[in-house]
Amino acid sequence: MSRALRFAPFALLVLIIGALVWRLSTPTDTNVHSTLEGKPVPAFSLAPILPNKPALDSSDLATGQPHLLNIFASWCIPCVTEVKVLQTLKAHGVAVEGIAVRDRPGDLSEFLARNGDPYERIGSDPQSQVQISLGSSGVPESFVVDGKGVIRYQQIGPIDRADVPMILAKLEQAR
Amino acid sequence: MIAETGLAALWLAAALAGLQFVLMMVALRSGTDVRRAMRSVALVQGVLTLIAFAALLTVFALSDMSVALVFENSSSAKPFIYKVAGAWGNHEGSMLMWVTILAVAGAFVALLAHRTSERTTVAALGAQAILALGFYAFLLIASNPFARLWPAPPDGQGLNPLLQDPGLAFHPPTLYLGYVGLSVAFSFAVGALLTGEVDSRLARAMRPWVLGAWVLLTLGITAGSYWAYYELGWGGYWFWDPVENASLMPWLAATALLHSINVLAARGALKAWTMMLAVIAFSMSMVGTFLVRSGILTSVHAFAIDPERGTFLLALLAIYVGAAFILFAIRAPALKEGAPFELVSRETGLVVNNLILSVVLGIVFVGTLYPLFVEAVSGEKISVGAPYFDAVAGPLALLLAMLVGIGPLLAWRRERRPVLKRLQIPALLGITVLAITIILWRDMHILPRLGLTVAAYLAAASILPLTGRNPLRAPLATWGMVVAHFGIAVALVGMAANAAFSSETLAVAQPGEILTVGPWSVQLASVTPTAGKNWTAVEAELRASDGPRLVTLEPESRYYPNPPTETNESAIRTFWNGQLYTVVGKQDQNGGWQLRLWWKPFVTLIWAGGALIAIGGALALLGRLWRLVWRRRPRAEEWRQERYA
Repeated sequence: MSRALRFAPFALLVLIIGALVWRLSTPTDTNVHSTLEGKPVPAFSLAPILPNKPALDSSDLATGQPHLLNIFASWCIPCVTEVKVLQTLKAHGVAVEGIAVRDRPGDLSEFLARNGDPYERIGSDPQSQVQISLGSSGVPESFVVDGKGVIRYQQIGPIDRADVPMILAKLEQAR
Repeated sequence: MIAETGLAALWLAAALAGLQFVLMMVALRSGTDVRRAMRSVALVQGVLTLIAFAALLTVFALSDMSVALVFENSSSAKPFIYKVAGAWGNHEGSMLMWVTILAVAGAFVALLAHRTSERTTVAALGAQAILALGFYAFLLIASNPFARLWPAPPDGQGLNPLLQDPGLAFHPPTLYLGYVGLSVAFSFAVGALLTGEVDSRLARAMRPWVLGAWVLLTLGITAGSYWAYYELGWGGYWFWDPVENASLMPWLAATALLHSINVLAARGALKAWTMMLAVIAFSMSMVGTFLVRSGILTSVHAFAIDPERGTFLLALLAIYVGAAFILFAIRAPALKEGAPFELVSRETGLVVNNLILSVVLGIVFVGTLYPLFVEAVSGEKISVGAPYFDAVAGPLALLLAMLVGIGPLLAWRRERRPVLKRLQIPALLGITVLAITIILWRDMHILPRLGLTVAAYLAAASILPLTGRNPLRAPLATWGMVVAHFGIAVALVGMAANAAFSSETLAVAQPGEILTVGPWSVQLASVTPTAGKNWTAVEAELRASDGPRLVTLEPESRYYPNPPTETNESAIRTFWNGQLYTVVGKQDQNGGWQLRLWWKPFVTLIWAGGALIAIGGALALLGRLWRLVWRRRPRAEEWRQERYA
């Protein structure tokens, strides 16, 4: 057995351990990056769901100002905590628009009455069609949309308190 | 007080492991006879770890919430058996179980190893002690299982409900016993490399440990596969998931070792290779533990993950395996190769077996770690799944299964008889099955088709070693080999039939609606709420019929409040020709229920085959142990072989 061959297992081990150490020391990016970022919001026109709330149209997002588009539902438990964070964002001057997925007017008005209402407009998406065209696979999800109606950021899952500065920064960049 | 006793016992055991290592150094340097001292130290160390483990079991059984680990992993409402099993259903407890088994195994090595030379036994026990020391340090520094909580909370946080299953209560102990068996083989290899006494006596001392480890790993993998099959509700038995691969890699290495060690035991050949395999087999079990515990690879099996623990395990892995590899590189040239053999011989057969198993091991290893390397080089995230493994490892596994039929028929050293002639009937059977599949199922995929062919051939070929002699007088080890090889054929039939003939129906059904899957028509009779001790559920009643047979199945969708988790309890009905597998999911807004139905012909043969393989190993182990215990003096033929070696 040649010398090189004898030390081959050890050399291989050093290589593998090196890679594993590198992997352990570099934190993984566990965020899922949206492929819709940088693309315009697909055109949609949603019906109103509550009598006192204007409906949502994709043209409502291209107003020259950035918007936070939130996909939610009254039957979604994480949305209960998220909606309170959205009110904090609203207090910072953020325009929050809602798409209510597979929702009923009675349930929704009760949800807003109990948890607060940060939304400027709410469109009803009874069959999840707009949700799917936005590439969203669940509730809640949120999109930072710039003044030209282009998606700048997609948040998969709820926005929690710790995300507020990040979301505000994204909205500022989209200005 | 109980927890503190356990902790004290653990510290004492660690100190004794240190002493055991020092004793080895003294013995190797000065040649002092330390065997008796070593034996007592190893024995007491085993007893102390048993006391520590008993203390942990006790605090779990009593639901002592002032112990942090109990609070985090138990709740007083749990059924008693899961309270006790909760002791090892978590990181700290499972590590304590691991060192306990390690130390008890060390005690048995000290008591039983009268076959190897004294120097090698002492060196192996020293290696075992340094292994144990690393894990004691890990426990005592980074994961103390006996840490207290003050004030004690009123109730605990519960155990992951997926783990509240009798199968899983016994899964970790089985795997750990297997890993520890491999660690003993590792220690023997390191000890023998230190003393330079790699011979057939060493192989015979190692063999029962390797066999035992292999039997338990086989059982662990088989049971784990069945658990994933019925508990996760996906209807699959193997997903090539990193965690599954982590358990498969040590098994593949152990299988190779199991075969090469026979060459070393019988012929004194393949010395360096066998030592290398012993080191690799144990490193694979450490790699597996590291991959699972560090969370370095994304897996569908969610484990509690902690990068710090991962680092600790990686450091232990680097030290032990690195040291063993360097020792190997230095000592391997000094190993004299044993008896030569000709091209057509049992030795060649076993070398080919080892080559194929090593290549498959390499394939699984590369496939499991490949995403890691791709991300390191290009930053791209990929995952390697069944298409790669099936395509690359599948054909090799079939080739190996072909050769399994031939190898045992060959004689040691050289084969002059026309062995292929004995394979006429098996070959004919295989060809017949191939013809039948071509006639009946034209569009069957190539792998299941070849799988059925090879299975038919191997089923017949595996029995051949018992023919031509009185089978009752064949050694138990030969019987074990035949049973295990036959088990491969059985498992192969199950896998091929499952791949080729399964039918699946996914649908939303209203109560009263009838769905069909394979030959079965299944009616959703009703859906009713139900409750257990610590869960609530909806239970569907399904009435299934394929004409003559009429059965009722009751799959559940369960909700556990503590911690909040939903699980699907599939309902499975086993028939002689397959399994009907049903899962109930959520209700949609129109009142329909998601139903998933599978008809899986002969799928149970997969696990029956796995069980046969393990039984075969157990028979061989019994045979070897019987000789170890009842015939301590080597038989004449062994004497001859040893002198020849």
